[in-house]
Amino acid sequence: MNLDFTPEDNAFREEVRAFIADNYPAALRAKQEAGETLGKDDFLLWHKVLAKQGWIAPGWPKELGGTGWTPTQKYIWSEEQARADTLGILPFGVSMLAPVLYTFGTDEQKAKFLPGIYNGEVWWCQGYSEPGAGSDLASLKTKAERITADDGKEYYIVNGQKTWTTLAQHADWGFFLVRTDPTAKPQAGISFLLIDMKSPGISVRPIITLEGGHEVNDVFLDNVKVPVENRIFHENQGWTCAKALLAHERSGIAGVARSKRGLEKLRSIATTERSDSGGALLGDSFCRRKVAELEIDLTALEFTELRTLAGEASGKGPGPESSILKIKGTEIQQRLQELVLEAAGHYGAPFLADLGHNAGVGPDYAIDAAGDMFNGRKTSIFGGSNEIQRNIIAKMVLGL
Amino acid sequence: MDFSFTEEQSMLRDTVASYLADHYSFDQRKAALGKEPGWSPAIWKAFAEELGILGAPFSEELGGLGGGPIENMIVMEEFGKALVVEPYLGTVVIAGGFLKHSGHAKAAELIGQIISGDAIFAFAYAEPQGRYNLADLKTTAKKDGGSYVLNGHKAVVIGAPYATHLIVTARTDGGQRDAAGVSVFIVPKDAAGVTTRDYPTVDGFRASEVYLENVKVGADALVGPEGHALPLIETVVDEAIAATCAEACGVLRKLHEGTLEYTKQRKQFGQPISAFQVLQHRMVDMFIGVEQSISMTYMATIKLDSAERSKSASAAKVQIGKACKFVGQNAIQLHGGMGMTDEMAIGHYFKRATMIESAFGSTDHHLARYEFLSLGQAA
Repeated sequence: MNLDFTPEDNAFREEVRAFIADNYPAALRAKQEAGETLGKDDFLLWHKVLAKQGWIAPGWPKELGGTGWTPTQKYIWSEEQARADTLGILPFGVSMLAPVLYTFGTDEQKAKFLPGIYNGEVWWCQGYSEPGAGSDLASLKTKAERITADDGKEYYIVNGQKTWTTLAQHADWGFFLVRTDPTAKPQAGISFLLIDMKSPGISVRPIITLEGGHEVNDVFLDNVKVPVENRIFHENQGWTCAKALLAHERSGIAGVARSKRGLEKLRSIATTERSDSGGALLGDSFCRRKVAELEIDLTALEFTELRTLAGEASGKGPGPESSILKIKGTEIQQRLQELVLEAAGHYGAPFLADLGHNAGVGPDYAIDAAGDMFNGRKTSIFGGSNEIQRNIIAKMVLGL
Repeated sequence: MDFSFTEEQSMLRDTVASYLADHYSFDQRKAALGKEPGWSPAIWKAFAEELGILGAPFSEELGGLGGGPIENMIVMEEFGKALVVEPYLGTVVIAGGFLKHSGHAKAAELIGQIISGDAIFAFAYAEPQGRYNLADLKTTAKKDGGSYVLNGHKAVVIGAPYATHLIVTARTDGGQRDAAGVSVFIVPKDAAGVTTRDYPTVDGFRASEVYLENVKVGADALVGPEGHALPLIETVVDEAIAATCAEACGVLRKLHEGTLEYTKQRKQFGQPISAFQVLQHRMVDMFIGVEQSISMTYMATIKLDSAERSKSASAAKVQIGKACKFVGQNAIQLHGGMGMTDEMAIGHYFKRATMIESAFGSTDHHLARYEFLSLGQAA
């Protein structure tokens, strides 16, 4: 057992830290600091820098563009990005669809779709949840019927509705779970389709969330014609792909490095804010205790993640234990948001998000405090709710 | 021992509830909040003239209904159920409280204007640096012959955009956080030197930063004793806390009921999700949180006129703060993605519950105050 980073690891840290400092787009930094709403191109600025550098997909196999980094190096990389407050890389293509593609896709499919994901040229969205299929995803009803068209080619005709589709308003393509065999058991009749979002019959309707933002959407599919070659893996075996993808979705969700950075920010806010007696809020015994408890929770999560990471290094894939990371990771993120809102005091109340920062009312850090806290409630709901994660641990880990 | 309401009190509740059912649905509220002025003067007029509730806690001699804190509690709980933004708290509870308790020369006249709906008040007590310490004041009021001149910046004054008058706490003497030297003034919002920066709040109210620059008011603007008004402020704030706890009870009831309803009709894995024991227990814990909040609100309201007023108000605020967090967050959790949407009412109740957590002092603030009042100074 050894917790030290090797000299090579430390040199790697210096290298990536310097790279971020030298290459992070200044225009994007300025927008983030001003609290401006980011447009489609903004999301992709940093992605494209990293693609050029060859660092956009550390998790991919090396021959497909992965970095070949050790798990420790990947960990350092995520820590340094969080430390520098870089914009998160959109997960839909790089870390959700790509592993499905290179695990289950044909050579033609890999050649067709992986480069667009890598270069950030194609924006992907995820068509999983439906109004009636959330936690019980396998009950999804969006129907795909296979036909032979007049051109002699085979197509699926897709009808149904997907929901909670994150940033679908920007998407070029989507990966969808659809029902190809309505007579089979729920999990057995599902296929995994890639659909061009410009296809006739697709419409996207915004869902405004409670803090006032537009991140998620309903996606309606009305007789959408999808070539059969856009199916990944076998017909009716899409659930296998879906499960693999969800495991990847979960392992990234601990967010330790981002939470560490969040904790630093909380400490700095609580040092700036005054307590009832006029000293720093962080000197107040209630505040101190809550921050200390959160730091301990985060340390426990960090070392649990490191153990998972070490397991991966010795060849174990992300298993059902990753549900622990999802549960604790999201709880800690939500707790951080609560404490920032508490620290903001009276200035948590003004709704100024549409004005960006420097609205001239209260401190900058207070402006998004309530909105972030409201929006952050989603994290214990999406990607398999924390109740579902507990079911997974009960079943898969404890054998109950 | 009797926790029942009088016939008049039950009628008051029914009157308010049925009016709000007809005129303050979720959609009607949304429409009113979405356009200027962000509240409904017509509703306020109806409160005054049709319902007569703006006189609920005032004596009959003053033109009121002859009630007190319990009537405020009843009105505020119903307001909580409908997420009412109209300024009953600032006007009837807080300004009414200051006027009743201070024996102000113009109390009867101003209370008459409150009851008729003509005078609307907002409570400008918070300051950017002061957190929840009511005595932490940089705003000054200097005596100038027969008048006072006020200077300062009041933070996040809820309801100020709707108000005709402000109740302003200011320092006539002493250091920034001294208990002595604190005074209270009534300042007409259109007085020369008053400027505001108005904005909406995250839970649908309107509020302002209020800037006072050489605002000159007459000697009769002073409410309560000059330099010794902190006990009066604490009394009124405790009354405001009890009323806010009552509002929270309305909000919490709706959060809990809405969650029960939703989980009964939402089906996953071939059954209503309310059939899952883990969710049943969660909803039971939410229910316990609601019931305990109602109990503590009754307790704090009944004890407003007793020696245990402060301790009881803080105790209730701690219980309500915890319940707002637990019930609010779990209401969203059990609604799943639907709970995250702006179009469902549940999220709006959650936002109000979250802001009530810190209204008139956070859970930590009131726990510390309770500790001090119950256990004395730490060794």
